[in-house]
Amino acid sequence: MSRLKNRFEELAKSGRKALIPFITAGDPNPDFTVPMLHALVESGADVIELGVPFSDPMADGPVIQRASERALEHHMGLSKVLKLVAEFRKTDQLTPVVLMGYLNPIEIMGYEAFANAAQRAEVDGVLTVDLPPEEAEECVALLKARDISPIFLLAPNSPPERIRKMDAVGSGYLYYVSLKGVTGAGHLDTEDVKRKLLEIRENSNLPIGVGFGVKDAETAKTLSAIADGVVVGSAFIRKIEENLDNPENAKAEIIALTKSMRQAMDS
Amino acid sequence: MYNMPDEKGHFGPYGGIFVAETLMPAITELNVAYQRYMKDPEFLAELDEDLKHYVGRPSPLYHAERWSKELGGAQIYLKREDLNHTGAHKVNNTVGQALLAKRMGKTRIIAETGAGQHGVATATVAARLGLECVVYMGAVDVERQSLNVYRMKLLGATVIPVESGSRTLKDALNEAMRDWVTNIDDTFYIIGTVAGPHPYPAMVRDFQTIIGREAKQQCQEMTGRLPDALVACVGGGSNAIGLFHPFIDDSSVKIFGVEAAGDGIETGRHSAPLCAGRPGVLHGNRTYLMSDDDGEIIETHSISAGLDYPGVGPEHSWLKDIGRVDYVNITDNEALEGFHALTKLEGIIPALESSHAMAYVMKLAPTMNSSETIIVNLSGRGDKDMHTMAEREGIKI
Repeated sequence: MSRLKNRFEELAKSGRKALIPFITAGDPNPDFTVPMLHALVESGADVIELGVPFSDPMADGPVIQRASERALEHHMGLSKVLKLVAEFRKTDQLTPVVLMGYLNPIEIMGYEAFANAAQRAEVDGVLTVDLPPEEAEECVALLKARDISPIFLLAPNSPPERIRKMDAVGSGYLYYVSLKGVTGAGHLDTEDVKRKLLEIRENSNLPIGVGFGVKDAETAKTLSAIADGVVVGSAFIRKIEENLDNPENAKAEIIALTKSMRQAMDS
Repeated sequence: MYNMPDEKGHFGPYGGIFVAETLMPAITELNVAYQRYMKDPEFLAELDEDLKHYVGRPSPLYHAERWSKELGGAQIYLKREDLNHTGAHKVNNTVGQALLAKRMGKTRIIAETGAGQHGVATATVAARLGLECVVYMGAVDVERQSLNVYRMKLLGATVIPVESGSRTLKDALNEAMRDWVTNIDDTFYIIGTVAGPHPYPAMVRDFQTIIGREAKQQCQEMTGRLPDALVACVGGGSNAIGLFHPFIDDSSVKIFGVEAAGDGIETGRHSAPLCAGRPGVLHGNRTYLMSDDDGEIIETHSISAGLDYPGVGPEHSWLKDIGRVDYVNITDNEALEGFHALTKLEGIIPALESSHAMAYVMKLAPTMNSSETIIVNLSGRGDKDMHTMAEREGIKI
């Protein structure tokens, strides 16, 4: 059984919600990433979303764009990201890792080559921002055959028939984008999110992670009351950006933020 | 008969819809409107009126006799898109999309621009219809096309310089997409070229094929037959597809698309994805792209901002693969020769983009005989490039 499925079932049994941090692989440097991932798990993360840097991150706000640019200065492409996952797996066999990025690096590697490499690195899920289900058939089949979950996004304006479509092609969890906008944007209206999650639940039994705009422990707590998981990205990456001259500081601040979110979500 | 794309927007393996989920409802809404109004006689009549009285169509087909004689081969005919209102072919498309935006009840227009021609053409139609207009432009392009920036501002548009990535056209497109995702309810995104998610490549083409339809008729009237060859520059490829498309089934007509070779294909500093790239996915469609082994997009180079783009419209990728169009390339220096030749011999100053097509004509025409004809798309006028040219030639203005 897949790590993702296991993890969400365990959480459901214990009445807890998934804390899902996102960081961009290789930001601010390649050596930072794997120790950071282990520290995130120790501080209370349940699932890791690892960003694959891309030169043209169209769905991301300025914070994650700059993270991509910093990582690409170290040539942190898809094959190197897969190596980082394999390294992480040497000492963590339990925490699911989801790659999040854009389609072109996967296209250039080739769908089958990518699926094989992801399987070897023990990746658990793949979220490709610019690959909607209509175009995803081949890629989804290759991933599913290797027990890797294709994870799809849902937006505030996704109608019920689309929710059912994502439910049919996706697995692992559904990622609900809590606002119309890019990552790290504006403020999120939890009442709106609540209404939409009810609609999603009517049309799917997959766990739902909510992300885009989760800045602090309080928001994480509010969302964890209604969702199955809370995704936090830009808030962590801001810590990296504020401490570029001292990555160890960034790490300490990310650990503190993770712990405060974990605590708020569990209380 | 050639009939592309399919209902999902595919040109063979190319095209399609590769966007984030938030954009899907907007793209569906746009596709429904596009399918409906392109068959609506009232909409088409209004479009025709605007093209005639506002844009100034039909644009002339001009026999460049002196230049033809000088090159000593085929007779060269220029399709004068430079004479359109705002000075380029871009306005054919913005007039059409703005009418569509109005029909759809959108109150805010956004656009990306490279050379600034599409930005100006968008700001122009937005001013005319009283719509708010925001134009995204790479910071590098803002600098090298300052005249067009000023024009857009005069027209009431807000020009936002984009500082991310390579700070050129592709980054302007990224930023426009981000704006669209954020303001999806009231905003219409007027894409300036035959790229982006379906229906844009087909829709922009349909608005631009007026070029080829007119040229076909004009050529028949002036020479009594079809041309032997067509030539147009290809960045995203909207002026080219506009000229080419009505001739695709005419197998006697040879078709040449001219990409920007920048410093030369062998230097790697160019903007020629069809000649030297590989298929991938960017900006909503699958097409030939310039990307490295990791799938990261490579920075492009061309003297002309309008051709400085790492991708190309998906229909061009298909026309390349099926062998219907020959895609060739012209360096910065060769384009400058084309620029000067047309200026000196015919008294017409072409845009640097169009100069690439002119430079290829200088290679092609001498290989043909004097009873044969070439139609070359003079897609825009060169006024906007005076600063670039002066700087290149060490002159202060």
